[in-house]
Amino acid sequence: MCGTCGCGDKNGPMLTMFSEDGHYHELGEGRGLHHEISEGNIHHHHHEISEGNVLQNHHMHGEGNVLHQHIGDSKVLQLEQDILQKNQLLAERNRGYFTAKKMFAINLISSPGSGKTSILEKTLNDLNKDIPCYVIEGDQRTLNDAIRIKETGTEVIQVNTGQGCHLESDMVMSALQRLDPKEKSLLFIENVGNLVCPSMFDLGETNRVVIMSVTEGDDKPIKYPDAFAGAQICIINKTDLLPYVNFDVNKSKEYALRVNPSLKFFEVSATSGEGLDKWYGWLKEKLT
Amino acid sequence: MHEMSIAMSIVDIAQQSCDKEQKNSVIEIGLEIGELAGVEMDALEFIWPVAVKGTVLENAKKTIDRPDGKARCMECEQLYPIHNHYDNCPECKSYFKEIISGQELRVSYLEV
Repeated sequence: MCGTCGCGDKNGPMLTMFSEDGHYHELGEGRGLHHEISEGNIHHHHHEISEGNVLQNHHMHGEGNVLHQHIGDSKVLQLEQDILQKNQLLAERNRGYFTAKKMFAINLISSPGSGKTSILEKTLNDLNKDIPCYVIEGDQRTLNDAIRIKETGTEVIQVNTGQGCHLESDMVMSALQRLDPKEKSLLFIENVGNLVCPSMFDLGETNRVVIMSVTEGDDKPIKYPDAFAGAQICIINKTDLLPYVNFDVNKSKEYALRVNPSLKFFEVSATSGEGLDKWYGWLKEKLT
Repeated sequence: MHEMSIAMSIVDIAQQSCDKEQKNSVIEIGLEIGELAGVEMDALEFIWPVAVKGTVLENAKKTIDRPDGKARCMECEQLYPIHNHYDNCPECKSYFKEIISGQELRVSYLEV
């Protein structure tokens, strides 16, 4: 098993794509590419212990940005390397791809059941006649969401993460190569339903959208601040249920603004369609 | 449980360094995980033995430095400690801030 991500493990991510006739094809593991950037920025060199600056068999020297310190037979490598550097590098590659293709890519994050897929279905039904849209669906298991998206006539690829609790940039890169999206298109990346883990992993998206629904607690933003801190947009869904639930919209916005004072809000109901016009307006504005 | 991915990335970094230095194991690893890095330390400790089993880190001593959260107020430039993303400036009460410390997530050193 690969030490980085578990590729080669049966629990690794699996990509599935649908053909025109509605059949689907498992495309195998979604992580064929991550080994390309395996060198990182660490250099190696051969070192002679007999240099003039040896002091009691213990010295430090620098080459590039890596310092080596030798103590007896062992040596200390001063790495200062970001742990998520590999994910970040591939995220930047994805971002470059989106820029080159003049695409607008959205990473949708929320807890399970807040209505990510419902908002997407409605959005795609209303927009994909005018704008080329694509979807990357992330779930631990099943093709259920991809099947729902496929029914809107949108090209979709399902990434099943197995045990994984979030999407990573290499999975998005593999999915993109299969999707081969058109220029000036909209890409929705529906992350695994989880308000914690996906926040840490940049996928290279143009904007990050966090969704909460009025059937959740209005203190979600301060309970799960990381998800709100990294987003540009917050959608408050299921507003048609407001008369029946104890959810204070203003309070939830106030909490969210404490975490991220730049956050912009859309209050919508994917069921009734209320408020979606403003969301569509924002998407269209971003594409032009 | 993204701590598993984090632990696996650490293993990968250690493995690459060992390959380059032609070493078989790491004696000590130094990590820097800030207070606001989004890592649950209990979860990382829980997953660590599983993640490092059979790798160059299996017998490595692990030292973790945890930088405190610090922010600079974007309204009044006050420097202040933060423990949560929603903490505000103690002077002017603004929530607009630049986080200047506490988000570190790095392998600082490896002894091989």
